[in-house]
Amino acid sequence: MPDQFLFAVEVMINGLMAGVLYALVALGFVLIFKASGIFNYAQGVLALFAALTLVGLQNGQIPFAHLINAAFGTKVHYFGWTMPTFLAIALTIVVMVLLAIAIERFILKHLVNQEPIILFMATIGLAYFLEGLGDVMWGADVKTLDVGLPQGASEWIEDRSAVLGGDGFYGFFIDKLDIVAALVAAVLVISLTLFSQYSKQGRALRAVADDHQAALSVGISLRFIWVLVWSIAGIVALVAGIMWGAKSGVQFSLSLIALKALPVLMLGGFTSIPGAIVGGLIIGVGEKLFEFTIGQMIGGATENWFAYVLALVFLVFRPQGLFGEKIIERV
Amino acid sequence: MFYREAGDFKTSYREDSQTFPIKFDRYRYYAVLLVALAVVPFFIDSYWANALLVPFLIYAIAAIGLNILTGYCGQVSLGTGGFMAVGAYACYKLMTAFPDVNILLHIIAAGGITAAVGVLFGLPSLRIKGFYLAVATLAAQFFLIWLFNKVPWFYNYSASGQISAPERTVFGIAVTGPHTEAWAKYLVCLLFVAVLAWVARNLTRGSIGRSWMAIRDMDIAAEIIGVNPLKAKLTAFAVSSFYIGIAGALFFAVYLGAVEVGEAFGIQKSFLILFMIIIGGLGSIFGSFAGAAFLVLLPVLLKNVLVGTLGWPTDLAAHIELMIVGALIIVFLIAEPHGLAQLWRIAKEKLRLWPFPH
Repeated sequence: MPDQFLFAVEVMINGLMAGVLYALVALGFVLIFKASGIFNYAQGVLALFAALTLVGLQNGQIPFAHLINAAFGTKVHYFGWTMPTFLAIALTIVVMVLLAIAIERFILKHLVNQEPIILFMATIGLAYFLEGLGDVMWGADVKTLDVGLPQGASEWIEDRSAVLGGDGFYGFFIDKLDIVAALVAAVLVISLTLFSQYSKQGRALRAVADDHQAALSVGISLRFIWVLVWSIAGIVALVAGIMWGAKSGVQFSLSLIALKALPVLMLGGFTSIPGAIVGGLIIGVGEKLFEFTIGQMIGGATENWFAYVLALVFLVFRPQGLFGEKIIERV
Repeated sequence: MFYREAGDFKTSYREDSQTFPIKFDRYRYYAVLLVALAVVPFFIDSYWANALLVPFLIYAIAAIGLNILTGYCGQVSLGTGGFMAVGAYACYKLMTAFPDVNILLHIIAAGGITAAVGVLFGLPSLRIKGFYLAVATLAAQFFLIWLFNKVPWFYNYSASGQISAPERTVFGIAVTGPHTEAWAKYLVCLLFVAVLAWVARNLTRGSIGRSWMAIRDMDIAAEIIGVNPLKAKLTAFAVSSFYIGIAGALFFAVYLGAVEVGEAFGIQKSFLILFMIIIGGLGSIFGSFAGAAFLVLLPVLLKNVLVGTLGWPTDLAAHIELMIVGALIIVFLIAEPHGLAQLWRIAKEKLRLWPFPH
């Protein structure tokens, strides 16, 4: 096989893996959008916040250390212990659930029946708040996240695939972490689907998604469902945060991947879990291939905008996305 | 007692349809203009100009522009930073290509170019709505910033990739470049703000503004009663981008003098201006000013209190500022979705009866 083709295949596979990570963030969006019609801009910051909390707990950082030091002139930074990863993850999940309860109590409860665009802007405010909170709580420096996931190139794939090409080709370079991410995403999607199809709470969730008022009238507590769905979104955010954090360190740019998840959603449709996955994969492959083929000719770094322009062009022809429900408007 | 709509009789149509038909509003407007024109320039120093007044005036123009699109026409845009960058780069290219033409004309022409770009990116709004459109405008934001970063023609092949404004004068007084006096910067910005705000107010209460508001309130219903959505949406995009382009040109040429595009016009700027109109009040010209003033003042105030008085590190103050801004957005959306402008309206209601309420 010609080497050029093999390189393109490698780029494509890496694009697929990046797409999986986009899809992980997009999943959180879809969950919240389905259950409450809220377009949650803060999903990416939730991932950042979750990852920051996890690292902070692991390293035994004292929360708000920077603030305490500034206010009282002390010099405290660490508790002096390191927490086992599983305990830290469990505690982070508790924090995310508490956060979900707080969001419901202080924001969503007061914004029932508002226009979607108002709710959207409220989540932008929430994103800013959480970003500031995360920085004040755990410090703004770039942190490395290590939860014991395998990392580095997979030699096995590299060796096996090297025979495909000629002398100039050394096999596909695929990060082990990406493979783990793909597996985790698959498990997450399957378990979420099972949860929403077969468990009682999952059915209640779908009922709320279908029609708020009808769900209320058969005795489903909207507030509980909202807390539930934001908690799940928080946990999905934690998973996304762990994957991205292990890949590129826990830092502010993590919250920018949330923006990348938006075009993913627009491709897949806001209401479809499979759509989020497929959209993520299309965006991931598309932007890597575009950069590989055309991007280099026009100055590079096209990944910054390709996803948005693709979504924009796509939307003009199919406004509801690939898997979205058809939008019917009435006066 | 102090704010009275009654007893203010008009005897001609001309009087009845003036910009501020109520006496109190009109005198307040004259008073503000008088102070801004005749008092402030004599007392302004470079700290006040650079930290507060000039950014306030420029952001006010951008906020009015975004308010026309989002507040009046209901099309949420997250591409404000990108459009400001178009204004800045258009102004830069014009300034360097035609050095003999007056800078004020360049700034206006930069607004025109931005309007054309805005219409181009506004075209999808005819097909897509709501936050789908908001995300689509993100495409404008990221694409434009990338374009200005990667195509050397836009920054005249300068080694640093920055653009910096050469010195230009109006009536022999420098208004751009490093030797500009504080009052000159202030007056140029004030001139644009005064004219543009007056135009915006009259546009929004005329037939075109009504068609924007009809589209905002319910686009299908508006279409059925005969509002042309193509015309309404695209004019909103054009006028809005014109304002934002002028703000971008002033931001670059008069205020900063030299900009790096990703830093000055990044996505953060889009959100900043969106926050201004949320806090100030969607669909209100006064609200645009109030929101701009609020968000220009807040960081300065916080910095003075936290860093200056309490002696906290600056990065901590910046993070706390993020938290406060985020919390304020939520508080405003919950407690007063119409922003500071609504508080002003309530205050006027109170003033009408005060000190003898029912």
